[in-house]
Amino acid sequence: MLTKGRLLANHLNVKLEALIIGENLEGMRKEVSQYGVDIIYLADDKRLYPYTTLPHATIAVELFKETKPQIVLMGATAIGRDLGPRISSSLGSGLTADCTDLQIGDYEDKKAGKKYENLLYQIRPAFGGNIVATIVNPDNRPQMATVREGVMKKEIVTTTNEAEVVNIDVSKYLDDADFAVKIIERQIESSRINLKNSSIVIAGGYGVGSKENFNLLHELAHTIGAEVGASRAAVDAGFAEKERQIGQTGITVRPKLYIACGISGQIQHIAGMQESAMVISINNDPHAPINKMADYVIQGKVENIIPKMIQYYKKNIK
Amino acid sequence: MYKIVVLAKQVPDTRNVGKDAMKADGTVNRGALPAIFNPEDLNALELALQIKDNFPDTVITLLTMGPVRAAEILREGMYRGADAGVLLTDKAFAGSDTLATSYALSRAIRKIGEFDLIFAGRQAIDGDTAQVGPQVADKLEIPQVTYAEQIISLEEKTIRIKRRLERGFEIVEAQLPLLITANGTAPECRPRNAKRLMKYKRATTLSERHNTSEDYLTNYNEKPYLNITEWCAKDVDSDLLQLGLGGSPTKVRQVENIVFQAKESKLLTTGDDEIDWLMQELITNHTIG
Repeated sequence: MLTKGRLLANHLNVKLEALIIGENLEGMRKEVSQYGVDIIYLADDKRLYPYTTLPHATIAVELFKETKPQIVLMGATAIGRDLGPRISSSLGSGLTADCTDLQIGDYEDKKAGKKYENLLYQIRPAFGGNIVATIVNPDNRPQMATVREGVMKKEIVTTTNEAEVVNIDVSKYLDDADFAVKIIERQIESSRINLKNSSIVIAGGYGVGSKENFNLLHELAHTIGAEVGASRAAVDAGFAEKERQIGQTGITVRPKLYIACGISGQIQHIAGMQESAMVISINNDPHAPINKMADYVIQGKVENIIPKMIQYYKKNIK
Repeated sequence: MYKIVVLAKQVPDTRNVGKDAMKADGTVNRGALPAIFNPEDLNALELALQIKDNFPDTVITLLTMGPVRAAEILREGMYRGADAGVLLTDKAFAGSDTLATSYALSRAIRKIGEFDLIFAGRQAIDGDTAQVGPQVADKLEIPQVTYAEQIISLEEKTIRIKRRLERGFEIVEAQLPLLITANGTAPECRPRNAKRLMKYKRATTLSERHNTSEDYLTNYNEKPYLNITEWCAKDVDSDLLQLGLGGSPTKVRQVENIVFQAKESKLLTTGDDEIDWLMQELITNHTIG
């Protein structure tokens, strides 16, 4: 997102600024400054970690009122999707959720007969993934968007220019009412599932048919050293855990090999796997949309094909 | 006793989208699709009903904004345990983005009156934005707790809620009034209650009753619970400039249907030799193994 922000800032010939809110932010500041940021605002206070909505929203709203950014981007994470709408409502500016791409372009409002230059095009799949919409905010500032995790490339910028650091006086903005919600207990489970870093992903869709058939995917994954992913339809059907969901509202993966089993290939799913180096589609339906982007299409039933793959591998690799 | 408002939305079933589903202006033609109770709004209703189980004099009002037809989900909610329904419907609301929607809803909540809790689903399946809940909270100037999956306890004005994080969970404590959005991992909504179904199946809004014969209308005077409240933009004392397409800062510039880039794909059958050949290929070029 910082890399994308840098590109947009270059295009518009403006500064890229970052706002970091939390506690003990020195490490984070260093990390952020690698991506070509001009100014870093730091709101460092022990009350600001772990995250709660109101103090973060208040700090962001007050800062944006003072600094008047044209564009505000935040991650479409659990936190970003909790915080973003609160800020947007306070500022009365439009917010587009879960963007997969951002561009700069012009816009003509034909009804009002107005033309706008250099607006932020906020591009996102919508309506169950059947369309891709480009959203603009012609009149209100900032133009706000949350951005899907993992869809944008990151690039470290080698520059001698250190980012200017501005420390925010947090107590100036916050009062007791901002701490209305208190965290009593917090448990972070370490993820057993490591889809993001797996070089082979075997993903199942609704077409896999049952939880039992999904076990075949796990067996193949175990055999060849892969991780199992799933489409939203498969997660909704209870075939796989939510943590395995790949796509717009799940995880984005870029494996060497992606084996799509019984997945039709709605754009929301495609958004999460389109950068896979090689795609094999196993599907009953020869016209499944995903077949169009597959390197190999095996037409047939998952439960017939996967055991053959397992068998071949076991026979030929010790 | 607690006063609860549950926000719900009737959504097109996005799993069945046909060609005529989009209008020329880029907004959705809802009439062309089967309409359902947004799934996570049902989770929200269940969390509210569980509070009513513990505090039976709690009053749950189900609020929705949409076309006249959206009264269907209000009846559905009443069959499952909601005490009353309010439909917010007006041409002035058409084309609202999340900000204009949350403004209209917040006006309607004010009109409903005092409240302790607002429940809403985390997000609706047609937009997937997850914005309306937090924006309504902001408009009402109350705190929010998102991604709730369980109400741990409620004593007087203090509530404890378990919320789902990306990895793990969190238990938070807050004071009422509060807005809570329900996560899909919250308990599933209880089914319709047969007695309530009998009681409320003729509950209608004024617009729905336009087609009903006069002598039948006396029925509604005798049984006031069959009147589903219907409000327009004026009824909730809203600023017309903040409603609908005009009150929405975000505009749809362009809508594209999905076209996949066709690339040369090799078609295989389920024959042993063809699967073996593919596996051989993958192993030889070190994709696997």
